[in-house]
Amino acid sequence: MKQVLVVDDSAVIRKVARRILEGLNFHTLEAEDGKKALVACEKAMPDVILLDWNMPEMNGFEFLCELRKMPHGAEPKVVFCTTENEVGYISRAMGAGADEYIMKPFDQQIVRSKFEEIGFL
Amino acid sequence: MNMAFARLRRLLASATGISLDADKLYLAESRLVPIMRANGVVDLAELVRQIEKREDEKLLQAVIDAMTTNETFFFRDRTPFEQFRRDILPELMAKRQDKRRISIWCAACSTGQEPYSLAMLLDEESSKLKEWTVDILATDLSETALDAARRGIYSQFEVQRGLSTSRLLRHFEQHGDNWQVSERLRSRILFRHLNLLSNIGKIGPFDIVFCRNVLLYFDPAIKRDVLSRLSKVIAGDGYLILGAAETAGDANQHFIAASSDFSWRLQRRQPSLQLVAAGA
Repeated sequence: MKQVLVVDDSAVIRKVARRILEGLNFHTLEAEDGKKALVACEKAMPDVILLDWNMPEMNGFEFLCELRKMPHGAEPKVVFCTTENEVGYISRAMGAGADEYIMKPFDQQIVRSKFEEIGFL
Repeated sequence: MNMAFARLRRLLASATGISLDADKLYLAESRLVPIMRANGVVDLAELVRQIEKREDEKLLQAVIDAMTTNETFFFRDRTPFEQFRRDILPELMAKRQDKRRISIWCAACSTGQEPYSLAMLLDEESSKLKEWTVDILATDLSETALDAARRGIYSQFEVQRGLSTSRLLRHFEQHGDNWQVSERLRSRILFRHLNLLSNIGKIGPFDIVFCRNVLLYFDPAIKRDVLSRLSKVIAGDGYLILGAAETAGDANQHFIAASSDFSWRLQRRQPSLQLVAAGA
């Protein structure tokens, strides 16, 4: 079963994402900010990271830049999932190595579509 | 059955060919209530009576718009588009070297996602298509859907269904919460109102016709008739692409399956029967 690390400071969003992803047969792990997500990635690199932008400690963009420098850090697919919906943010994320971008609010269809795009469905 | 609903079903069938199931009264009422309110019509019986009297042609068009299903999204079902880019387009380019022109018809384009998906693919293949002309005609029964298609403005939800982020950035411009297809793509498509039951012999011929998720709304006789009409506007070596749940079925005197993939049906006209069809 493929592993998805859900990184979001909102427990509600993590719960919603977990339910959707488990419904799509993914195993999920959770982290509430970028720093904790990096620790999780050092332990075991997930297959996909669903990543919020604005979080305390380390935001999603900073996390992505750090992740891509890590050994095997280029391997996970990174799907941003954020309320930062302006084209400038999207371009910046994709330029820094994100694979897909979900603009909140999201639903199961959108998650499915984006996971199809990255080749995981 | 509710008498007014029975008359509405007959009206829709004769105007559009759409076979509305007898148990879909709830669907009709839920979709038509806004039209009845807007026109001061008290109930379904009165609405049907006004349409039958032909007092207001716009009323019939509004009912058609409301009752036609416009559910669609970009790159719907994926496979037909992959097949188009990987197999059909190169094959047709090899066969059309002399004219260097390919004609595509989206016969039920709804709010435009299908023709725009094709236009994106063509744009991405532009290096191979230098000095080629690729025409895209996009038609639909619903004027409301066509207006939306022409504008090419989609909500944040719509652009996230079937569309990759890289394509969103490449082919769209953001306007507040909405996204508009670039002028470059919009200008590639000719949008026209067209009823598939009308005389379509004046258009074409086309190399590829996309007529997806339309035939399933027709009863068998109308489906045969539409397939017969389509066969006359598709080039002998052209393609008809249907929806995932559709086949040419009992109209296979005009088309044969070109692929066995279960998720879609790509049907190709039999060259040997081309003259029979053309002379019929």
